[in-house]
Parts: sequence; C-alpha cells; structure tokens
Amino acid sequence: MALIEFTKRGIYCKQGDFYIDPWWPVDYAVTTHGHSDHVRFGNKHYLCHTLTKPIIKRRISEDLNVETLNYGENIIRNGVSISFYPAGHIIGSAQVRLEYKGEICVISGDYKTEDDGISDVFEPVKCHSFVSESTFGLPVYKWQKQEVVFNGIKSWVNDNIQQQKTSVLIAYSLGKAQRLIKNLAGDVPIYVHNSIANLNEVIIDAGVNLPETIRITPETTKDELQKGIVIVPPAMRDSRWIKNLSHPVTGICSGWMQVRAHRRWQSADAGFALSDHADWTGLMDAITATGAEKVYVTHGFTAAFSRFLNDEGIESEEVMTKFGQEDDEENKVDLADAENHHVETENKKSE
Amino acid sequence: MKRFSKLIQQLELSNKTNDKIAALVDYFNYADDKDKIWVIALFTGKKPKRPIKSALLKYWAIDITQTPEWLFSESYSNVGDLSETIALLLPPAENTSDFQLHKWIEDLHDLEGKDDETKKGFILNAWNHLETQERFIFNKLISGNFRIGVSNKMLVNALAKQSSLDSAQIMHSIMGKWNPYEITFHELINGVHVNTDNSWPYPFCLAYALEQEPEKLGDLSEWQAEWKWDGIRGQIVKRNGELFIWSRGEELVTEQFPELHFLIDVLPDGVVLDGEILAVQDKQVLSFSTLQQRLNRKTINKKQLEDAPIGFFVYDILEYETRDFRDHPLSERRAVLEQLFENLDESAVILSPVIKCKNWKELADLRQTSRSINSEGIMLKKLSSHYHSGRKRGDWWKWKINPYTVDAVMIYAQKGSGRRANFFTDYTFAVRDGENLVTIAKAYSGLTDKEIKEVNSFVTRNAIEKFGPVRTVKPELVFEIAFEGIAESKRHKAGLALRFPRILRWRKDKKAIEINTLEDLRQLLESTFING
Repeated sequence: MALIEFTKRGIYCKQGDFYIDPWWPVDYAVTTHGHSDHVRFGNKHYLCHTLTKPIIKRRISEDLNVETLNYGENIIRNGVSISFYPAGHIIGSAQVRLEYKGEICVISGDYKTEDDGISDVFEPVKCHSFVSESTFGLPVYKWQKQEVVFNGIKSWVNDNIQQQKTSVLIAYSLGKAQRLIKNLAGDVPIYVHNSIANLNEVIIDAGVNLPETIRITPETTKDELQKGIVIVPPAMRDSRWIKNLSHPVTGICSGWMQVRAHRRWQSADAGFALSDHADWTGLMDAITATGAEKVYVTHGFTAAFSRFLNDEGIESEEVMTKFGQEDDEENKVDLADAENHHVETENKKSE
Repeated sequence: MKRFSKLIQQLELSNKTNDKIAALVDYFNYADDKDKIWVIALFTGKKPKRPIKSALLKYWAIDITQTPEWLFSESYSNVGDLSETIALLLPPAENTSDFQLHKWIEDLHDLEGKDDETKKGFILNAWNHLETQERFIFNKLISGNFRIGVSNKMLVNALAKQSSLDSAQIMHSIMGKWNPYEITFHELINGVHVNTDNSWPYPFCLAYALEQEPEKLGDLSEWQAEWKWDGIRGQIVKRNGELFIWSRGEELVTEQFPELHFLIDVLPDGVVLDGEILAVQDKQVLSFSTLQQRLNRKTINKKQLEDAPIGFFVYDILEYETRDFRDHPLSERRAVLEQLFENLDESAVILSPVIKCKNWKELADLRQTSRSINSEGIMLKKLSSHYHSGRKRGDWWKWKINPYTVDAVMIYAQKGSGRRANFFTDYTFAVRDGENLVTIAKAYSGLTDKEIKEVNSFVTRNAIEKFGPVRTVKPELVFEIAFEGIAESKRHKAGLALRFPRILRWRKDKKAIEINTLEDLRQLLESTFING
C-alpha cells in the first residue's frame, strides 16, 4: 500500500495519520518550509525543521504547537519514521522522508539543487517514491551559475548609483531576500523593508550568519537609499513609496525573468533570472539521484514534466495541489507582507 | 554583435521613450557604420535575406538538444518566441565571437543557395559561439522581426539627435527605397538615395481619434469633412514616366492592382497622391470583405478582377509639378487636386468627396448614415493644415461611428505570445444557437492587465479540457464584443464572420443565458446592404 495519498486536505500518510503541508486544518502537519502556500494557520500540531520554527511562529502565530527536527534526525509516528533532509530552497526548508516497513517515500516540498550560500545544500535521498515540484519543469529554464547572476546585479547597482538612480530589488521577504543579502553584501549598504528586517531578526536569533542590513525607517533619507541597495517585498512593487524615491529603478529577481515575455509583462526596469526553485537540469538530476520508481509531480509545468519523465522510463503522475500558482508562484504577494505593509501605512496615517 | 545585443537589452529594459532614445543615441555614437545601417534596416522592418527556413532552425535545435518535439512545442508556447526558445534550449556556448552584426548578416547572406548540410554546419557553429542573448538575436536575423517597441519616429529622433540633421528629412530618407547591402550610413541619413529614386513615397499623415465633442474644435468652416473609408491606405507615385503604388505598410503593391495602371497615361509626372484602395463598383464603395479577396495575392485571375474590382479614392496631393507640396495648406492642396481631376472621368479613381454641412449637428446626423455607404465615419481635417509626417495632435481627427456590439460567452482560452505568453489572453467567444453555443469570434485585445489576470485565474480554475495550449472553459464569462462589420462566411461554422472583433468590456453583470443569439447576428447581416 502506498505511503501517501493526495486528499482534499493535502498529502496524507494513512499509516502514520498525518499530513504534509496540508491546506486545510488537520491534527498533525509536517511542514517542509515556511512559505505561506506550504504552511497554514489552524493545525493542532506542527512538525518542522528547527530553523523553520521561529519563522512560522513569527509569520503565523506565537501560539503554534511546534515540534522540531534537525536534518538527519527522525521521529516515529504510528510506526512511520519521519526524518528531514535539506531541500536547499530557503533557510530551514526540508525534504520529508517517510519510512514504513521498508517502503520509503520522500516529499521534497520546494527545492533547488544549487548552493545559494545560505540554505543547507539539497541532498538527494534514495527512495521508492518521490514527490517533486515542477515550477520550472521546461527545458528552457536552465539557470546560469548564481555568481554570474549576482555579478549582473552588482554591475546594475553600480551603474545606477553612478547615474543617480536608486536601485530597488523586489524579492520575496522569506528566502529570496536573505539570499540577496548574503550574496550582495559588501561595499554597498543594503536597506531592507520592515517585513524583511523582522524576518532577518528571527533568522539571526536562530543562529544563522546573515550580513548586516539597515532597516528602512521614516528617518532614512532618499540620498542614503540612492547610494545603497533597497530590498522590498512584492507587495510594495507599485507603491507610492517607491515612486517617491530619487529616480527609482526596480529589479525583479525571479526564475521567470529568464524569458523576455515575463520580463516585459512585469514591467520592471530590470529582470534577473534568480530562482529558489530547481531548474530543468536540477529537477532531472534530483529525480534521477533518488532512484525513485514512482514520481508524483506537483505544482508547475506538471503535465509536460510528468509526460517527459514517463517517456524517459520513470513512472510519473501529475498531482493537483494548492502549492504555488503555475504563473506567479515566485511573485505572488505574501499575505504576511501585505499585512505588515498595511499596518505600516496605518501607522503613517496616525502619525 | 555584443554591442547590438546590449542595445536590444537596454531597449527592452526600459518602458520610457527617453531611455530608449538615449540607448539608441549611445549606440549610434559608437557602433560601426555598417552595423548602424543594419540596425536601421531591422528596426524599420527591412529584413535581410533569409537563406534558412525557421522550421529548419527548429529541427536542428531539436536534433542537437535531443528534445522531443512536443516538449519543444510546450516550451515555445511558454516562451512565446521561436528564436528565444531555441536560444534558451541550447547548451551553453563553448566559445565566444567578436564578429560584428553586419558580418553575421553578410555570412548568412552568403549561405544563399548552399546545401542544407553546409547551412546546418554554419548555424551550429554560430550557436556554439554566441551567448544566449546573442543567439536570440542571431536567430531573429534569420527568422523573425525585431518588435521591441522602437517606432520609426523614435528611431528617427535618435538619429536626428546623434547626427544633428532634421528629423523630417531623416524620416523621408529611411522610408525611401534603399538597399542596406549597398548604401553607406552617411548616404542613408543624408538622403542621397531619395532624390534619384523615382518611387519614394512620403510618410503618411495620420489622424488621432476624436475623443471630445466636435463642437470643441471650433467653427465648422475651418474644417474639411470627408468620409472615412475602410480599405487600405495607399500612395500613388508618378515620376519620370513610372507609376508606383505604395500601401501604408510601406510596401510596394503596384502589381496587385492593374485597374489603377491606366494612371500612368493620365497623371502628369511629379505627382504623388494619398488615398484609399477600396473595392469599388459603379463608383460605390463595397465592403472590406470584398476588398480582402484581392489582398496579399501574388497573381490575380480574371474572376477575382470581376468579383472584386478595385478603385482608389483620392484624399490628398503631396507632390505636384515635381515639388514637395506638403507645406501648402489643405485648402490649396484640395484646389489643385480638384483641378487635376476636372477632366478625369474614371470609375476606378475618384476624388473622395468633401461633405458639405451647415453645422456640426447636421454633420453628426450624416455621420450616423456612414455604414449605408460602407464608410466607417468621418474625417475632420483643418483647412489650414499642412501634410504632417506621421501623427500630430490637433489638425486631423478621425470621428468614427460606434462599432457594432454583441454579448458573447467565452468558451476557449489560449495563452498569448510575446509579452502575454503564460497568461490566457486569446479567447474564443460564442453566441447561443438554440440549445447550443456556436463560436463567432476570436479576440485578444481590450482587457486591462488586471482583468487579464482575473480571467487567467478563472481559466486555470475552470478548464474542462486541454488541447495543447487551448483550454475549453466553463461558459460563464460574458463579454461585449465590438466589431466593424459582418459578412457571410463558409469557413466558419456560424456561417458568418465578424470583422475586426475585439473585447469592448467584460460584462460581469450578465449571465451566460443573457447573451445574444446567432439569429440576432443573422438579422444584422441581412440588414447590412451592399454586401459585395
């Protein structure tokens, strides 16, 4: 009997009686990482990686009932062994390995195979069945080495500073923002939006080594920002705050920026193809390395990717989930950000 | 190629005209003269010789990447551009190249007539020397157009800024007939070629749509009102015993319209006429669908000539007695035109009539009858106006009649291409026919980005079936479709076809049961007269 089934509430392990990243409230939710399409409010118990705990407590509620595991550690629930392995997606992201009577299933959540310098590096895990995302499951999505992309961003920033423009990078506040901070830190000071600064605090408190950034406050001058790098979450994109900066130019960091049509659609001034999801090569390498006999393909180009796997002789099936949205998984507005943003504007009004 | 590649990148990065002009000026300041010629050629739609079919590029890319064809198609439908899809699919290049743009174009040109193996060898080697962005451009040189939001006007402004020459002169020069393989940059922007060339046309003067009450334009006596005809805007050039017919797309179409060739004996030398190519019988304008039978054909047979006779309705005169006449006021140009046509009694070439009215009200009433003569409204031109190059606000207005509309339900959606790849933006609409729905139009324009996102999310959630990139969706969203005409059609299941359908608005207030019926459209069809 299969170790997991796909139900209305989410991925369910019947033998162990728990869910992985459920989208409706359940008793016991195993959580791959802290993005809001993978962890929701209302579960009685959460099990996640040690670094994810403070993140979800901060983003969802301090009252969550959370158990944690480190990578490689396991607990037994109703005879099913649950253990975590690095997924390389964001800080604390984990692949969930389930083992029951010799049958092994790995639910990878979101993952990427390249070392981003801040998340623990993806580790392939041998298994019988594997649940893979396919956000970028088309062969036109093959990333350049992140060093190349970051050099591109750095030279864009330097040009902007010289031309008296303010560089504003739009990045998801959990994950992409920290990756940018880690890899762009240097001579140019980095200014971050409140929601990012808040998460940074949590992450630094949890013991992650994150370079120093400056929280943007009403006292921060336009001149300072013009000479630095400004990082804000997607919710701020079209905000008046950005428009009021000194000659602002926006750059979006997302895998979708690989394609011209998406760059133009986003109407940003610059697009950098930098993703926390595996590219085509990464997906294929990861799947091959698991040696899985059966691959379930969730969010992304599920149909095409799953068909390709079947043609390659790897049995595969596409599965409907509520993870991601095919079109703008990476750019969607994080609710937590939107709320913070809202609160901020409220505060400003009352000032 | 690196410099050109960077230019394209800069042009794509900004939405601001000033940034684009700055990037172009910067390019023209530093690029090789031979490259500049090609950049002007490419941006104005002059394609270099294309020795290789794009289908071959696709197969070679499939071949060396070992990509299944269906997966290539899926990728293409996501990326929305063939050249880019290939550029992204290929493995990273192992070498780099310092070849300049014109060198690549010349090398491609030299492939003409070579066998496929030689061509393949050249292309694969090129791909292996170019990085992704350069590859994209290289592929575009072979198979596509550079649609990157650089208008002729923008290009001309940049050239004028860089060369300190007059922009109207440059516009004239680059719009004329020239061969990028032969001309030098200096010759081109100084217009050396245009005086020696008998055929060159003038840039068309274009009108803006009138969005205010016509009364606000002042006294009617300062304006010339004409019918706005729905055909192909054209220019007839007669110089040194030669006759040329240009279409608005800057295309020479002389051969397509033999009915107009008699003008070679009638018109004096040194005359250029602006007008509309239309289907005309007994001096009456026929519908656009009749004209369509005559468009884009390499050869014309007798039946087509009989079924869809062509005529030219003359609007204006741009050159007279070999002199550029565009700086004379419209009232003078019209007088000359009327004199020129005084003795001409031909059913194929007709001076487009001036509408005489006492006041705006009378004109407005007359406008409502436009459709009865297959006109799409009224043109208002200031009598004192010069013939401008391109669009200039204030002197010429088009005052079109409101389009026909129909409420229809969306039943298929397809992802767009280009900027809209990855969003469902191309929709097929149906009206009711008894219990069934029958498709009547496909349209993709007319919604805001926000609405497109909303419809997109509806399609994702309500897709019933997939056929490749097409989704069948629950018939639920009702749209008001505007169109310019209706004609019988054997090709369409509904038995009729709408002309220029587009989405007027999303009728969120209407349910699918409230949409129009096929019978409604049939009645409309029957009520439209002169059906050609």
